[in-house]
Amino acid sequence: MIKEKVRVKNFKIDGVCVTGQSNQTILEVAHDNDIEIPTMCHLRGLSNVGSCRMCIVEIEGRHEPIPSCTAKIKEGMEVTTSSPRIKAAREMILSMMFSERSHTCSTCVVNGDCQLQSKSVELELGHSFTPYLNQRFEVDASHKNFVNDPNRCILCTRCIRVCDEIEGAHALDLFGRGLNTRIIHDMDEPWADSTSCTSCGKCVYVCPTGALYEKDISEEEVVKKREIITELVKNRGQR
Amino acid sequence: MKKIRLGTIWLDGCSGCHMSFLDMDERLIEIAEYVDVVYSPYVDMKEFPESVDLTIVEGALSTDHDLRIIKKIRENSKLILALGDCAITGNVSAMKNLYGSEAVLQRGYFELADLNQKYPSKVVPTLLESVIPLHEAVKVDYFLPGCPTPADAIYEMLKSLIEGTEIKIHELTRFGK
Ligand code: SF4
Ligand code: SF4
Ligand code: SF4
Ligand code: FES
Repeated sequence: MIKEKVRVKNFKIDGVCVTGQSNQTILEVAHDNDIEIPTMCHLRGLSNVGSCRMCIVEIEGRHEPIPSCTAKIKEGMEVTTSSPRIKAAREMILSMMFSERSHTCSTCVVNGDCQLQSKSVELELGHSFTPYLNQRFEVDASHKNFVNDPNRCILCTRCIRVCDEIEGAHALDLFGRGLNTRIIHDMDEPWADSTSCTSCGKCVYVCPTGALYEKDISEEEVVKKREIITELVKNRGQR
Repeated sequence: MKKIRLGTIWLDGCSGCHMSFLDMDERLIEIAEYVDVVYSPYVDMKEFPESVDLTIVEGALSTDHDLRIIKKIRENSKLILALGDCAITGNVSAMKNLYGSEAVLQRGYFELADLNQKYPSKVVPTLLESVIPLHEAVKVDYFLPGCPTPADAIYEMLKSLIEGTEIKIHELTRFGK
């Protein structure tokens, strides 16, 4: 395999001159320089898929905003991380996440420890800009320790990635299309019957919402250990 | 100084947000110097009055009555404040949307009823097909989330409206708070 040479690139984020390596993403370089860009599907230590669009930025000369977690840096590019247009787009994206499924925070086990909920605070979303769809999905509570509630899923695919890339089990996948898409185990078996799941719980830890949670734990006790995966990967020295 | 004409109403909610309002405790006395409560569950008034400055609405819209009254409130109020998650997202009140009104009526008036099994046809308002938040029916000026909205957030909000200052709502409350 011919390895691509890594070069140093200079460019600007919000008018600040920054430097990165050609294999880095805009988000990585922004983080290295303490420039905040809101994210959702991204989790340090996992691959990036650019599915949620929360991290969109504007590039000078490009018409459409692009997700900074998947966009590689380019020499001389000028990135803007926030503008009225980006802000409005992020609010719309967040609204769609809230209205697509049933997010009743007051009855949710991760109330207070949810990254979707905290995003509404961070982006100061007052209400959903899109009407609620009121879709209902069956909850899979077959597993002895964990529950999969697609009604609170935002389809970020963190669970799929952690199971595949870190646990090496690939027990999870996406099933269906569009609004009906949901997370399944194996060939859409109940979680308890999955032969590839090792019951490690990593998917539950990384899930930003209350879609995957531990049984028999009250709202007060829930602590999602999302950074554990980042730590694990760092210690393994892979990324 | 002319007092602010304030209305408050309890639609499809649990009254928790109105309880939170009372939880402002002694600060209510302070607020009372600036407002006249012209319509509210705390006030004996049958019809929603004209020319209200601010109406605080708790609860989602679930019935034909809720829809009629929210339109009247919009016509008669300068400002509407959606108080609490039910008014803003539908919240617990909207959980039945996943099953539909028919299923809920069936359960309540047939499966769980020992005698007189039939749908109510008089006095009680008719359920809408789905419960909706206020802003899906009328324009809403302010959103103050929480389940219930904490008393401190209500106090800061009212104070800012009285004094005409800006506040950061999201530092005080959020969905599910
Ligand atoms: S998953 Fe998060 S946003 Fe959804 S209901 Fe639970 S706390 Fe609220
Ligand atoms: S518990 Fe572990 S093996 Fe099972 S689905 Fe989750 S991440 Fe994969
Ligand atoms: S179950 Fe959780 S981690 Fe998996 S896609 Fe849904 S929200 Fe993301
Ligand atoms: S964080 Fe970049 S698209 Fe989700």
